[in-house]
Amino acid sequence: MKAKFTVVALAAAICAGLAGAAQAEIVVGVSLGITGPGASLGVHYRNAYQLMPKTLGGEPVRYVILDDASDPTNAAKNARKLISEDKADVLMGSNGVPSAVQMAQAAAEARIPMMVLTPANLTGNTLHWSFIVPQTTELMMGAIAQKLKAQGVKTVGYIGYTDTWGDIVYKAIQSHAAEGGYKIVTDERYARSDTSVTGQILRLMSTNPDAIVIGGSGTGAALPHVTLVERGYKKGIYHNHGTVNAEFIKVGGKAVNGAVAVTGPLVVPEELPDNHPAKKVSLDFTKRYEAAFGAGTRNAFAGYAYDGMLLLDAAAPAALKKARPGTAEFREAMRASLEGVKNVVGTHGVYNMDAKTHNGLDERARVVVQVENGAWHYMK
Amino acid sequence: MTPDIVLWLAQDGITNGAIYALLALALLLVFSVTRVIFVPQGEFISYAALSLALLQSGQVPGVVYVLVAGGLVAAALDLARAIRLRDFSALPTALAGYVAFPCAMAALAWWAAPLKLALAWQVLIVMGLVVPLGPIVYRIAFRPLANASVLVLFIAAIAAHYTLQGLGLVFFGGEGLRSAAFSDARFALGVVQASAQSLLVILASIAVMLVLWLFFGRSIYGKALRATAVNRIGARLVGIRAELAGGISFLLAAFIGTLSGILIGPITTIYYDTGFIIGLKGFVGAILGGMASYPLAVAGSIALGLLESYVSFWSSAFKETIVFLVIIPPLVWLSLRSRHVEEEEEE
Repeated sequence: MKAKFTVVALAAAICAGLAGAAQAEIVVGVSLGITGPGASLGVHYRNAYQLMPKTLGGEPVRYVILDDASDPTNAAKNARKLISEDKADVLMGSNGVPSAVQMAQAAAEARIPMMVLTPANLTGNTLHWSFIVPQTTELMMGAIAQKLKAQGVKTVGYIGYTDTWGDIVYKAIQSHAAEGGYKIVTDERYARSDTSVTGQILRLMSTNPDAIVIGGSGTGAALPHVTLVERGYKKGIYHNHGTVNAEFIKVGGKAVNGAVAVTGPLVVPEELPDNHPAKKVSLDFTKRYEAAFGAGTRNAFAGYAYDGMLLLDAAAPAALKKARPGTAEFREAMRASLEGVKNVVGTHGVYNMDAKTHNGLDERARVVVQVENGAWHYMK
Repeated sequence: MTPDIVLWLAQDGITNGAIYALLALALLLVFSVTRVIFVPQGEFISYAALSLALLQSGQVPGVVYVLVAGGLVAAALDLARAIRLRDFSALPTALAGYVAFPCAMAALAWWAAPLKLALAWQVLIVMGLVVPLGPIVYRIAFRPLANASVLVLFIAAIAAHYTLQGLGLVFFGGEGLRSAAFSDARFALGVVQASAQSLLVILASIAVMLVLWLFFGRSIYGKALRATAVNRIGARLVGIRAELAGGISFLLAAFIGTLSGILIGPITTIYYDTGFIIGLKGFVGAILGGMASYPLAVAGSIALGLLESYVSFWSSAFKETIVFLVIIPPLVWLSLRSRHVEEEEEE
């Protein structure tokens, strides 16, 4: 009798599994590198989930957050677990580009929409199911190109990491060279762990460029900047958005005063002009974040997780009209709905999703900042 | 390439080369005495530089936990051994060295961190916190394996490296730190301006080399280490304890690593994993010197520093490739020259 019941229950479970049982809530599966080398960013992303509302498009929502220890293999495993065991309707993650790419591939295989929280380069079917929340590097470096043009810069010296990030930033600044009216005259490389960049800096300065762009990140960008100042370079030094944090200034000290960089509005919400479209959302989120996690804890990364949620919130009502959460129809409806969201104001800018790039941010999602008196400040 | 650039690069290369030379000496010392290729050498650099930077900002460096916990593990090993052998005579010394001293240093660091003492005191505290890790690492990871083959010791060294680096990430975090410069002064040497910091690095390296030379030439412990390096069994027969020699060589290696970290902290940004790369270059320097001769290791390290400096000017993208490529010719030469005799000593 009992065995018979088990078989029936099993059969029912299998049928339900095949049909995709409808759930009473939307399940968002999240994988983040909360430990491991990427932990300093992953923790900020995770914090944002404590500030998320309890509903998406009026429907109750449950966030399942797993730690991938900053390891792409774990991120892929987590994605599959979230899909098969937690019956996630949407995936979100991760704070490392390789991890996010792994998750996006798993999401595309399972036909589940995925909010990518890092500026990953995706194409084809993977991009079909994925939506990239952060600004692309091309968009960001466009603001630096405008600054260079406004300063009348004709020659630009470049020094960046000897890894993918160094390449990405170089390509981004190169892609705006024609419209900015400048030429990149050197492409020097260094490693984050280098004890000295004197050779590269001497080489850079021997070409006497009108400005220098540094393709580093965080504290790693301080070494070339400090060496340039020590060697008496007086013209503008520009950074990318990976560099904007408080630690950079702490390590660079007085030498990095005047450093110019591009970032999202979330870094300096108070100083944005009142007519900036993202000011209200950005300021509001910063206040809530610092109230929960302490003054000075603000960062751009938590905002990406929050903006991902805002996009889901905007897309959910239309999808809920078509199908119930937990079904394949709902996931497909979410994907279609996400592709069409318009004028979603997030902490980082205004999203108008388009089918081609699946990003949707424009010039309003970037601000230029400058180091003054030991802090990053909005630069007009 | 103008003459002043040549000089600038030379200055930079010699400064880095001096650090590599110190590390090459430490690696060579540990290898010749204990046959351990001391991969975790670099961790002392990171630990020391990051601890100093944290002390300067008034925080207690997390290395105190590593020190106290490591000391307790080492003491527990000694206690177990004493119980097994029913010989408790050496225990008070072990407890003093592995438990009392680390705890005292940790307490001192807790007390001193918020006070932001003068630089000299902070340097001494960092020395007291990081240097004892050398003998502790030896006691935990290498002394139980003292008679194992070079390969087993090397694997243990890799394990110790990953453990220490992982602990570094836990206690220092992923972002880098830079400690305040000892002095901002600059001296004009012809067309080149030498910073006081680089001169300090070079002078300190020369001083350490002189002290090591005197230690090995004049002191009884130095002679004991040399004897162990020449012939382990012979040294034991004349009453030199291999364990003591091992402990002293790790203490010296830790001291040299810590000093390098303190010297290099104000010159560059140090991350929890930076020390490993610096230590690796010291290893390359030692290999350039044939992994046998101290003066040749120093010369090899200085040459490596200069090579690195000039390559970073000419072709920065290939810098690491070229720097690590230069070890292949000496390795080929060494392997062709060796007589293929198994050097394993059977006890």
